[in-house]
Amino acid sequence: MVKELRHILRDRQTLMVLLLLPLAMVVLFGFAIRSDVHDIRVVFVDPNPDYATIALRARFAGNGRFEIVGTVPTIATVEPMFRRGDADIALVFEPGFAGHLAEGTPARLLLVSDASDPNTGTTIQAYAGAVIASYQAEVGGPGRAVQIIPVTRMRYNPTLASANLFVPGLIALVLTLVTALMTAISLSREKERGTLEVLLVSPLQPWQIIVGKVLPYLLLAFANVVTALVAAWGIFGVPFRGSLVFLLAASTVYAMVGLALGVMIASVTNSQRAAMIGAMAGTMLPNLLLSGMIFPIASLPGWMHPLTLVVPARWFIVISRGVMLKGAGIAQLWLPLVVLFGMLLVLMLAAIRSFKPRLA
Amino acid sequence: MSDAPLVVEGLTKRFGENVALDEVSLEVKPAELFGLVGPDGGGKTTLFRILTTLVLPDAGSARVLGLDVVRDMWAIRARVGYMPGRFSLYPDLSVEENLRFFASVFGTSIEDGYSIIAPIYNQIEPFRARRAGALSGGMKQKLALCCALVHRPDILFLDEPTTGVDAVSRREFWELLAGLKASGLTILVSTPYMDEADRCDRVALIQLGRVLAIDVPSALGARFPTPLFSVRGRDRQALIRALREYEHAVSVFPFGDELHYSDARGTMLPDAIAADVRSYLAGRAGAAEVRPIAPGIEDTFMALMGAPPEAAA
Amino acid sequence: MTLAIDVHELTRRFGSFTAVDAITFDVNEGEVFGFLGANGAGKTTAIKMLIGLLAPSAGSATVAGCDVVRESDAVRRRIGYMSQRFSLYEDLTVRENITLYGGIYGLSNEAIRDRGDGMLAALHLEKMAKERVAALPLGWKQKLAFSVALLHEPAVVFLDEPTGGVDPITRRQFWEMIYAAAARGTTVFVTTHYLDEAEYCDRVSIMVDGRIAAMGTPQQLKEEHDVATLDELFVRLARPSAAAHG
Repeated sequence: MVKELRHILRDRQTLMVLLLLPLAMVVLFGFAIRSDVHDIRVVFVDPNPDYATIALRARFAGNGRFEIVGTVPTIATVEPMFRRGDADIALVFEPGFAGHLAEGTPARLLLVSDASDPNTGTTIQAYAGAVIASYQAEVGGPGRAVQIIPVTRMRYNPTLASANLFVPGLIALVLTLVTALMTAISLSREKERGTLEVLLVSPLQPWQIIVGKVLPYLLLAFANVVTALVAAWGIFGVPFRGSLVFLLAASTVYAMVGLALGVMIASVTNSQRAAMIGAMAGTMLPNLLLSGMIFPIASLPGWMHPLTLVVPARWFIVISRGVMLKGAGIAQLWLPLVVLFGMLLVLMLAAIRSFKPRLA
Repeated sequence: MSDAPLVVEGLTKRFGENVALDEVSLEVKPAELFGLVGPDGGGKTTLFRILTTLVLPDAGSARVLGLDVVRDMWAIRARVGYMPGRFSLYPDLSVEENLRFFASVFGTSIEDGYSIIAPIYNQIEPFRARRAGALSGGMKQKLALCCALVHRPDILFLDEPTTGVDAVSRREFWELLAGLKASGLTILVSTPYMDEADRCDRVALIQLGRVLAIDVPSALGARFPTPLFSVRGRDRQALIRALREYEHAVSVFPFGDELHYSDARGTMLPDAIAADVRSYLAGRAGAAEVRPIAPGIEDTFMALMGAPPEAAA
Repeated sequence: MTLAIDVHELTRRFGSFTAVDAITFDVNEGEVFGFLGANGAGKTTAIKMLIGLLAPSAGSATVAGCDVVRESDAVRRRIGYMSQRFSLYEDLTVRENITLYGGIYGLSNEAIRDRGDGMLAALHLEKMAKERVAALPLGWKQKLAFSVALLHEPAVVFLDEPTGGVDPITRRQFWEMIYAAAARGTTVFVTTHYLDEAEYCDRVSIMVDGRIAAMGTPQQLKEEHDVATLDELFVRLARPSAAAHG
């Protein structure tokens, strides 16, 4: 036992990872696993603004949890916003809202939330409901029956099936596994075995070696996406409302990002084991925690939000959810795609430069 | 400008505090089978890595086929054949698949390279569908040699190709090398086995990053500084003990079934020394056969290397 | 004289392939026995059976008085083992390795200390006691590994190619250590690729294709087969097999 202890203590690199990683995980998980939700993006549909609707809107504005992303006259604008992932909930006031309140007849308010993530969907509804209720209580007072009837709709996921939440994220996870992890392992295995030396002493340029080793994994990743989709649709009944071609194209870009990451990790590590740990820490973990795959970004603490912007999976999940659940297409999802492309270019350059044609 | 295929001058390389190569200089002639002989840790692998442009030297220079190892990296890489120390094959691919892969890496094919690898490939051809991982050590080395040759390189670098391989395969390997040299290929090969040095045209003895001597094998023996004798007798341990206590002894080492004894009296006639030693031993260790012998490479190496590496921090 | 190793029709099959084919031999106490053979001849399999790592398919063997199958624990306590691949832990210091192996062999702390001190003195390694093994030159690692294998004073020590790649002077020093151990009564069972080292052994056996093709003292073998060196004999016996089997 003492010997093992000494081994562990002497292997500095692995030690750092083993001690710090669980710590990081605990911290991150602790923050992430919270059922409260913050920064709920609400869009108001107010065809005839009056004192009541304005007052209610002000309530939301004043409440720290909500972030008002727009006030629009018709409901038509809302759908694309949901598809792009720009809003979490829409509050639709019926025309003549204040009038109804004054007369004592029911004033209806439609709450439509994006329930791709069923957990947050209900929570958001609950918060919104609370704000409305408190306004109701104030405005009401003795004698006055104020009825604000929130009609809730869960969009995109009326049955609140959690498979719908997970599967798009799972596809991202699978892609990361096959690309980043496998590439890192394969390249570092080549290094360890010594065949890399012989490949280097040849006319092959570094990029040729990289592409040659990495291309099969791209094809594999592709095959994986297709099978995952088939399984999701066939076994879990996850809907597929959007363009398959678009999703596959986006998957390819995302997979290439993973490959570039894998190559970089293999270049800077010296052994298979280190490469594996590096790939896990550098890709899988951020994907799990920060991409919105399991823990909605909305429920992560504010300071983490900028971090999520650098995680490629986060952007891909917007696309995969958008395409599968909301039927979105390139018109709505061009931004995440462009971001992924940008990441790909940067990483590819970095990967090729980091792959040293010499040993020392 | 010399047209020698390999010229090394004052090459030095350090890894942290360890000096792997210390001002190494040598020159290899065209179609020469040149041996780098010395134990592990001597710097042989580092030298190969610099010559194949995998590692940059700290000081000194090296020219391979007239090209500089630092500046003309890609030109060199296209024209050399390299077999690194460990088995450099893909164990899960078959013999033929390995060969085809390495051929394609250099933009050629098995057919194009066949004539040069034929004598070697013939020996492993019956096993060409077998996975490389399932071959014996000797067969693996022959396959690796084919893979290094298939693109018809102008110079061949072999780093310890016979280490860990049994005696039969080692012999066969060196016979193959002789054949390659006869066809005009320049070969630089390293080995820790002193007896293999005899099969080279010229040899550099290398120890702890320094070159102890460079010469043709037969002449290396001449560098042995003192008279050398072979001693045979019944009780080997007793002979060793007695000789070590002898006042004129320089060194006593077992060599197979005999002892090699070197004497300090350089001016005396060898036969006279032999007689002296014989009578000295008769009293202490029984009758012994003592005769003068010509020193071999191993004898010279041991004399030149001095004490074994110090176990000092 | 008791037999340190007694092997009778020892056999090992892997599926339809017979790696070791009913070999029979014995080794006397205090003998230095050279176990030679080409790669793939069955040497490694045979050794694994003798040190209790592999069970035989048929036949029997006794090492240090214990049956390798029924009393394999006892066998392991009485033998030492050293090979190029499995010896010392590179990132532990010299002293730590000694303590570790001493503990594994069940020595008391006192014994570990005393014998360890003695070993370091004999090897002139006192100054390096606190250095990591990785910092030692190869030859010293081998010598140290050998001494550690002898730490618990085993009856038989198995050495698997102990001198690979080491400089010629250190090689010979190593063999002097072997002789010293044998003189103390330890039986030494050694395999090697250096056929000049085969001449240093009291007796030698050569395995080809799972069988023992030749056995005897170096002198006997050379006379019997009319060769000048064991190297020649080895090549003559092993070559036909090498060409056939790849």
